[in-house]
Amino acid sequence: MDVSNLDLKIWRGDANGGDFVSYRVPVREGMVVLDAVLWVQANMASDLAVRWNCKAAKCGSCSAEIQGFPRLMCKTPITDYRGQVTVGPMKAFPVIKDLVTDVSWNYEVNKQIPPFTPSEHDLTSSEPWRMQQQDVERVMEFRKCIECFLCQDVCHVLRAHELKTAFYGPRFMVRIASLEMHPKDVLDRRPLLKGKAGVGYCNVTKCCTEVCPEHIHITDNAIIPLKERMDDVYFDPVRSLVRRLGGGPKNRPAGGEQTTGH
Amino acid sequence: MSAAGYETVETDVLILGAGGAGLRAAIAAADSGAKVLVICKSLLGKAHTVMAEGGVAAAMHNVAYQDSWEVHFADTMKGGKLINDWRMAEIHAKESPERVLELERWGAVFDRTWQGRIHQRPFGAHTYPRLAHIGDRTGLELLRTLQDRAVHTNGVDVHMEVTVFKLLKTDGRVAGALAYRRADGSLILYRCAALVLASGGAGKMYRVTSNSWESTGDGTALAYDTGAQLRDMEMVQFHPTGMVWPAGVRGILVTEGVRGEGGVLRNKDGERFMEGYDRERMELSSRDVVARAINSEVLAGRGSPHGGAFLDITHRKPDFIKSKLPSMYEQFLKLANVDITKQPMEVAPTIHYAMGGVRVDPETGAGTVPGLYAAGEVASGLHGANRLGGNSLSDLLVFGKRAGDAAGAFAKAYSAAAIRAVLDQSDIDRAIAELVAPLDRPAGDNPYKLQAEIQEVMSAHAPIVRDRAGLEAGLAKILELAERSRKCGTGGSGSRAFNPGWHTAYDLRSLLINAEALLRSALERKESRGAHARSDHPKTEDELTSINYVVAKTPDGMHVIAERRPPMPDYLAQVVQHSYARYTPEETE
Repeated sequence: MDVSNLDLKIWRGDANGGDFVSYRVPVREGMVVLDAVLWVQANMASDLAVRWNCKAAKCGSCSAEIQGFPRLMCKTPITDYRGQVTVGPMKAFPVIKDLVTDVSWNYEVNKQIPPFTPSEHDLTSSEPWRMQQQDVERVMEFRKCIECFLCQDVCHVLRAHELKTAFYGPRFMVRIASLEMHPKDVLDRRPLLKGKAGVGYCNVTKCCTEVCPEHIHITDNAIIPLKERMDDVYFDPVRSLVRRLGGGPKNRPAGGEQTTGH
Repeated sequence: MSAAGYETVETDVLILGAGGAGLRAAIAAADSGAKVLVICKSLLGKAHTVMAEGGVAAAMHNVAYQDSWEVHFADTMKGGKLINDWRMAEIHAKESPERVLELERWGAVFDRTWQGRIHQRPFGAHTYPRLAHIGDRTGLELLRTLQDRAVHTNGVDVHMEVTVFKLLKTDGRVAGALAYRRADGSLILYRCAALVLASGGAGKMYRVTSNSWESTGDGTALAYDTGAQLRDMEMVQFHPTGMVWPAGVRGILVTEGVRGEGGVLRNKDGERFMEGYDRERMELSSRDVVARAINSEVLAGRGSPHGGAFLDITHRKPDFIKSKLPSMYEQFLKLANVDITKQPMEVAPTIHYAMGGVRVDPETGAGTVPGLYAAGEVASGLHGANRLGGNSLSDLLVFGKRAGDAAGAFAKAYSAAAIRAVLDQSDIDRAIAELVAPLDRPAGDNPYKLQAEIQEVMSAHAPIVRDRAGLEAGLAKILELAERSRKCGTGGSGSRAFNPGWHTAYDLRSLLINAEALLRSALERKESRGAHARSDHPKTEDELTSINYVVAKTPDGMHVIAERRPPMPDYLAQVVQHSYARYTPEETE
């Protein structure tokens, strides 16, 4: 066992405010930031609020900002830093206490996304479904998401501009992509994408992809294809012209406001 | 007494736990027309089900056409060393294919065969390739599918980060529960017509475990406390392959899928030592055998540098490993700085699963107290003395649905007035007073320290191989710790706002009931069988094959009763005999 110490600064406080508090933690070989935080909880601050579960980067509970960077605490070795680490709560969500934030908004958003909807034929068929591996692999990438909400935390639309009412955020673009690209799903979620989900707000800075612990290519594989699907219907100049010449039903299909202001 | 007020919430069916079993039960109960409320200790979608990696066992015969429910049934019974509830094993083997296919129709995406069917991989002690899987993150796929289905099912509501600390009864039936919210410590009184326990296991009794902080055996403790019987509590599974190094990650699971995909175990001399323990099945022997084999190698001085064995899959192509075991690749690279495509992993047994739990009716999951149901790890019977890999995901689908169906029907049989039945106010006041007491003891023992002591006792006195002296000494220590825990504090803070010290003080009570039940049952079972190995009784005793040890609460404390199981009907007995005749694993020990 290593005898050297770590200077761990943890944000302590609640909705009324708080500050970083310094703790000296004995370093063990292979220690991750979560180990250090739990050591503080067991030995120095029994009421230190922190979420964690699997401790193996599979549940996405221990999200925090480590040296200001959104990460899973269970997956961040303290050797990535030199004797001093600062840990704070995710900033895009209201703080409850210490490292725990109120992420309930995400669960509300998920409820608004229409669930997986197979065709009537597939639903009533008594035969087990056949799908090819290469067809399902595309959505498997999205289904790796562990809902750590680090992508939501880093997304400047949500974090800096606080546009939670206009944009569902990267996590739910991934969720919609997993449904839209599912070989057996038949529902059209493009009106939702253009409207309440607000895919147009994303201006592809790829910060979400950078912080994803599951290495999902959120921007390239989920958001951009979704934008293209939406654009095909709403912003294709040729189709738009056809509609204007009286071909289409209405000027534009049902949906929300145009939201590509960036 | 600082027993403050509480909010009252009414529902038809109350479900404790939002893992696979709880969510499957919620969907079933809501489909039957009941109003359902799911309570979970953490956030939704974080349950321990996500840790299940290898797959879900179901005899769909997509890969091996010879597979059938009979073979799956026989494998499960043989793996459980025949003390399983045979009716549960039969139902499980028959219904799991349907439950898996249903999951696919709800949006789950499994790996495929070249024909486009659900692919199935080989796994320990399953005769044929049987585990439907998604790489090595099957549990996450299953949980996310159920989660999305549940939140989009009418009549299902979820209360997150709420912990139940007391079940309430009226007229001898379970009629509600008391709970606190983690965020602010406020109290809730739930009134219900039926209650389903789906709260998982108690791995936190041990120091080295693959389980999370939540797995403190709350469900078994609550059931016991309310007068329901527990069963097979001596049977806890050591998963053979947990990470051993570095110290910080000790106990984290290494999926059996590694061995399923061809990984081999070696000792420090490079010997493939499973040859000496189960030459037929080698690395894919049942978990109890592999765990004891690794343990024996280490005790004989042939262990790896950090006290385990080497698990090697480097003979497979790097691309194959990365596609079949992506999260293992990532886990070792990030946490141990080991590239598993080039180097062997170091592994050792880790506490993983409780085969024992609440005694349930095989058809409905009903406990021995009316209105109480249990499904998943918290229930007992299906797995007997040892669980096969992959059988827990199918367990929670099959019996989650059955418990949900039955609880929904039970709730329907009671009028709305029954939900508002009179509850014993003194019971409520006493439970609340007990819960909040640690907040008023600033100088009381630190609950984290007590938890660590419980873990030390269990690790030392109820290890892979047990004996009477050790178990008795362990029991004495656990009873003493129970005494101290009744007077413990929170570690300092008297605040109710998200105070994990306070939460841990309550968790101790659950852990101690589970620990006591384990030790007492282990003392009673004077033989070695499955996960329960005793150095002072090394043989498996034939006459104990029909015996289960049942734990019950009596006015003078915890009692363990030996109970005889009804014999298997002929058609099932023949299936098992046929399986033994065709193929008998030689477990040399």
